[in-house]
Amino acid sequence: MTENMFKKVTNRSSLTPLFKDGMSILFGGFGGVGTPPGLVDLILETGIKNLTLIGTDAGFPDIGIGKVITKKRAKKLIVSHIGSNPNAGAYMNAGELEIEFSPQGTLIERIRAGGMGLGGILSDIGIEAEIVNRNKEKVKVAEKEYLIEPAITSDVAIVYAKKADDYGNLIFDKSARNSNPFVATAGKITIVEALEIVPCGTLNPEEIITPGVFVDYIVESKGVNWQWAWEQK
Amino acid sequence: MGMGAEIRKKLAKRAAQEIKQGMLVNLGIGIPSLVPDFLPKNFPVMFHAENGIIGMGPSPESGKEDGNLCNAGGHPVTLQTGGSYCDSATAFGIIRSERIDLTILGALQVSGNGDLANWIVPGKRIPGMGGAMDLAAKAKKVIVVMNHFDKSGASKLVKACTLPLTAPNCVHMIITELGVFTVTFEGLVLTDLFETYTFDDVVAKTDTEVKRANHIRIIKER
Repeated sequence: MTENMFKKVTNRSSLTPLFKDGMSILFGGFGGVGTPPGLVDLILETGIKNLTLIGTDAGFPDIGIGKVITKKRAKKLIVSHIGSNPNAGAYMNAGELEIEFSPQGTLIERIRAGGMGLGGILSDIGIEAEIVNRNKEKVKVAEKEYLIEPAITSDVAIVYAKKADDYGNLIFDKSARNSNPFVATAGKITIVEALEIVPCGTLNPEEIITPGVFVDYIVESKGVNWQWAWEQK
Repeated sequence: MGMGAEIRKKLAKRAAQEIKQGMLVNLGIGIPSLVPDFLPKNFPVMFHAENGIIGMGPSPESGKEDGNLCNAGGHPVTLQTGGSYCDSATAFGIIRSERIDLTILGALQVSGNGDLANWIVPGKRIPGMGGAMDLAAKAKKVIVVMNHFDKSGASKLVKACTLPLTAPNCVHMIITELGVFTVTFEGLVLTDLFETYTFDDVVAKTDTEVKRANHIRIIKER
């Protein structure tokens, strides 16, 4: 196969037109681990705002998606946790940022449902909690009650991978995998930032985690450009 | 939580005794993260982390940290032999399908019937539930390790939680600096006392009814 024959491998600047005000963006990562640093910076550089950001958590003020939140580019978050990013809480309390909390296991299944072509999932997690059951229908299956948790998709999904081949087949790095394999499936457009881009045929087909069919664009990563909380001593 | 290092270790050491061979265990942040220090060497147990680690090992030595290998609290960890990585959906599928044998968590309040409040102080701190609701509702056994009193000196063991619940009726055991409580159909039963405290002390300092176990074990400080 000739190099880049699927035309997915590109550079960051050519992706700029994909980013628009008011769009929804699914992001991979858990506390910034596994969030694509170069694509976060691209979001900031394009100047887009009024974003709906969807992912596990709000990162840290200067780490991961937290950088976008800190710069007040988001109007809404759909997350399970904001405790590590005090800015998110402050903006929420000031009425500048809407936050929809979803239990973490439910949130990832909602994303997976979106990516897998389902309308939603049934879960009993938080069924008694107002913050979870608000505006949601309940349904009984085999005598047990569940909430109907709607599927989530987004305009764009941003993903961080250890390696991508030209087709977008992906493998991930240790605990930086986290939400990335399902975030990759649920964007109308999925952009992968990979630490290494290799020709098709290089990755062991048995070890590929995300098949390239879910991936639209691939850019090379320069790696993490922030200091982790545990490094800031 | 304003608790001295020695007391934190004392609670972690007691919690470690609840970990049995072959268990899959999820530890919360804070005191629960100290629990593995009190297990025998090479004890056969797997630690689960919500961010996709089964078989999480201790922190690496300084200089060997890997930014892509962290626990759910964001601190660098290692992988133990036999460990594996998975995506978030699998990590939470393991929780929801009741494959976590034991979770050890902190709490803001626990009621006499085992209701747990550990994720929100309305009007003050709204961090979000993260994975706390999944874990509290679906772990086979939930142990709370916490300070007996809040910052104002009030008992965190209460008749009914005033804070929003993480999950109802989910806690099996509570370990505080006074002693160890089991949640039963008849309410809290004191099973262990840390030495220097008496059953009457505990009753006086606890805002819900406490019954006495047939035999109360006294835990010596050393």
